[in-house]
Amino acid sequence: MAQLNINGRNYEVNVEADTPLLWAIREQVGLTGTKYGCGVAQCGACSIHLNGEVVRSCALPVSAVKPGDRITTIEGLSRDSSHPVQRAWAAIDVPQCGYCQSGQIMAAAALLARKPKPTDKDIDEAMTNICRCGTYHRIRAAVHMAAGGKIAATDAVAADQQNA
Amino acid sequence: MNDMTELKSSGQEPKISRRKFLVGSAAAGGGLMLGFHLPFGIGSAAAQGAAADAEVNIWVVVKPDDTCVIRIARAEMGQGTLTGLAQLVAEELECDWKKVTTEKITAGQNLARKRAWGVMSTAGSRGIRESQDYVRRGGAAARMMLLQAAANEWSVPVGELRVANGVITHAGSGRSTSYGKVAGAAAKLAPPDPKGIQLKPVKDWKIAGKGLRRLDTADKLNGAKVYGIDLKMPGMLHATVKDCPVYGGKLVSFDESKVMGMPGVKRVMKINDSTVAVVADTWWRAKKALDALPIVWDEGPHAKVNSESIAKHLESGLTSSDAFADIDTGDAPKAIAASAKKIEAVYSVPFTSHTTMEPMNCTVKLSPDKAEIWIPTQNAEASLAALSSSSGQPLEKCEVYVMDLGGGFGRRIGNQDVVRQGVAIAKAFPGVPVKMVWSREEDQAHDFYRPIAMARMAAGVDDKGNLTGLHIRVSGQSINAFANPAAIKDGKDRRQLQGLWPTLQGDAQFGYTHANLRTEYAMRNTHLPVGPWRGVNTNQNGIFSECFMDEVAKLAGRDPLEFRRALMSERPKHLGVLNAAAEKAGWGKPLPKGVFRGIAQFMGYGSYSAAVAEVSVSPKGEVKVHRCVFALDCGNVVNPDQTAAQIEGSVAYGMTTLQSEISVANGRIVETNFHNFRVMKIAEMPKVEVILPVTGDFWGGVGEPTICVVVPAILNAIHAATGKPVRSLPLSKQGLTLV
Repeated sequence: MAQLNINGRNYEVNVEADTPLLWAIREQVGLTGTKYGCGVAQCGACSIHLNGEVVRSCALPVSAVKPGDRITTIEGLSRDSSHPVQRAWAAIDVPQCGYCQSGQIMAAAALLARKPKPTDKDIDEAMTNICRCGTYHRIRAAVHMAAGGKIAATDAVAADQQNA
Repeated sequence: MNDMTELKSSGQEPKISRRKFLVGSAAAGGGLMLGFHLPFGIGSAAAQGAAADAEVNIWVVVKPDDTCVIRIARAEMGQGTLTGLAQLVAEELECDWKKVTTEKITAGQNLARKRAWGVMSTAGSRGIRESQDYVRRGGAAARMMLLQAAANEWSVPVGELRVANGVITHAGSGRSTSYGKVAGAAAKLAPPDPKGIQLKPVKDWKIAGKGLRRLDTADKLNGAKVYGIDLKMPGMLHATVKDCPVYGGKLVSFDESKVMGMPGVKRVMKINDSTVAVVADTWWRAKKALDALPIVWDEGPHAKVNSESIAKHLESGLTSSDAFADIDTGDAPKAIAASAKKIEAVYSVPFTSHTTMEPMNCTVKLSPDKAEIWIPTQNAEASLAALSSSSGQPLEKCEVYVMDLGGGFGRRIGNQDVVRQGVAIAKAFPGVPVKMVWSREEDQAHDFYRPIAMARMAAGVDDKGNLTGLHIRVSGQSINAFANPAAIKDGKDRRQLQGLWPTLQGDAQFGYTHANLRTEYAMRNTHLPVGPWRGVNTNQNGIFSECFMDEVAKLAGRDPLEFRRALMSERPKHLGVLNAAAEKAGWGKPLPKGVFRGIAQFMGYGSYSAAVAEVSVSPKGEVKVHRCVFALDCGNVVNPDQTAAQIEGSVAYGMTTLQSEISVANGRIVETNFHNFRVMKIAEMPKVEVILPVTGDFWGGVGEPTICVVVPAILNAIHAATGKPVRSLPLSKQGLTLV
């Protein structure tokens, strides 16, 4: 039995102590926005916030979650997709298949909480999540956009104008 | 929403009817209450207020509030086809884009209506180009019927009506109405004579051709989107599998007594000659038990195969007499032998894996009179056929619900291995939905890999620096030999020469012509299963052609762009994108110190691609790709922003092959997860610029064409930077690393 505070709500989950937090969130709590990608903390699809810090939940056993720890999943990042990262992601259509994007968004939100105006180098270091569709180009632009920095007309927009 | 309440309280089996669905319900109800996901099929988007929704034709349903529901038959895996197809229908429909929604059809519905929605397969960059005509006609026919219904109501000639944004007006009488008001009457009309349907000229497009936002982004931002792996159903069981790690091996035995006592474990079962499955009440418990399960394998005849033995096998095809020639113009070997200068080089490209972010999965429910599967599939109809054959239910009693895919790239198209496994497990649990999900390790070890290939390239130049002959010998594994032997005619598998073909048949043509040109293929198969991988054989053939072209240009002492141009006078479209990319990239203009350019052009999927890459290489061999400029001529562009997104994506998918491969040791795959199959990340991603010269005279693909120029443009820039050609991948073989 583990006590989990997720998105401001308390859950008692009946799982073995070594169950990764990811699977408790997905299978016992029933929040499936947090994804399984590798199981070994390599790809970041399972990224959540633990007390505000981004954590890869697939490699964190529920036994490591302490009483009082606050877990935020993609479902709890905002009530209505209004977090600046979610808005920026929507503004320039970052997702393709979308599978990794919960993790990407959680990583970006944690980065911005820590560094409101990240440089490209900050982004390179913090955003190590894998995307196979290759949305990296737009992730970078959207992180800058969410940070409130000016976003240059993307090449996509330029192409759009060219064809308009 | 009442459906969910009923299910929760009664715990009964869901009744899934055409007009009664619950799609993607948020799971966060409260406490430990679990929401259930019970998609779907046509009627799902129209589930509310169903009675008054009008199916004007198979593509268009109009609701009383003027919402236009556009039906989509092709799979959405991130490539944006759903939005593009909706744009094409909406363009002809003349509806309000802000009131457009989409719904997917199922394979069973398509079958029941004699494939009215056409091909559902989504591969080969065909999703839009091969359905654009009939979906536009569907939109136009619906518009004509809606207008006719208004004309009938007002007793005026239909020719006097105008429509814009779904509002129909009659200037003479000052009357107006909307699609939602006349849709019921329109649905009762006979469809118009197809000969009378006129499609809009592309120059008049207002919705298509524009970089509109995707229709399917919102629920990818808040965790609400339900992928196949996320499905929840009442009473559902969870399974995971392990196939023999060596292809061709067999499952001998397993000791289930060691794991049956573990929490939640329901069953340990052999599901085919080489695969064992564990079924449990949750996936994690199934996975944990499978990992703990003692298994004895018979590794079969390939247990000693490794990458080195495979390389020797392919090398034998570089000079063997069993090859066939496809292009054989003049006498290339003789012309090369007689040349003032000549060059020969051997290139090699390893296997690689699809590695979709969402691992293989499906949910199967077998009832006495019905077999159902929920699956991220690129080919719902192939999944339907596999479901029928493996479950024993006739096709009409089978149903395939296509879940949007968490990545496809060709992995989820041809071989329906996942369906057969899922059905084999579900047979043990009649009436119970069983969700099977592979671990990442299983996904890496049991892919249908991009085929391994080598090429012996030879060319000569005369004393003026002109090409005298070009001879390409490809040796490597055949996809058709594994997946579709019937496609090999007279022992000649031309598919492996994709992109090197002399004519446009098969929608790719070699970009160069010459009096002495020879292309050959020698088949060298291995024990690994192979399949289409985004761009398929244009990937390795693009590298062979384009990297060697730079080597020959260098031998000739000529600029790589100018050298290519001289061979392309008969290929104006290839030349067009080459020139466009070069111009946009500023070819020939000064670069920052230490930065070098490389260029490439190649064709695939009916479209013409060229790229220029800017790269620097540090003394330690660190390769930094700064910028890539692409020109893609796909004829017509339905959504330029999503076309750009596909090109950006092709850069990342292609660049991963610079640093990772699938290798073989003791018959099995070495790269089992992301720690040793290193996927390119944001830090390595270059700036990507795209130009789309819209020629408008044909319909080419978008998802795949550019990937075949990504790697050769970068390799040519590395060659320019270091003075040494890169002839084999990954880069680590040359002491280079991507940074």
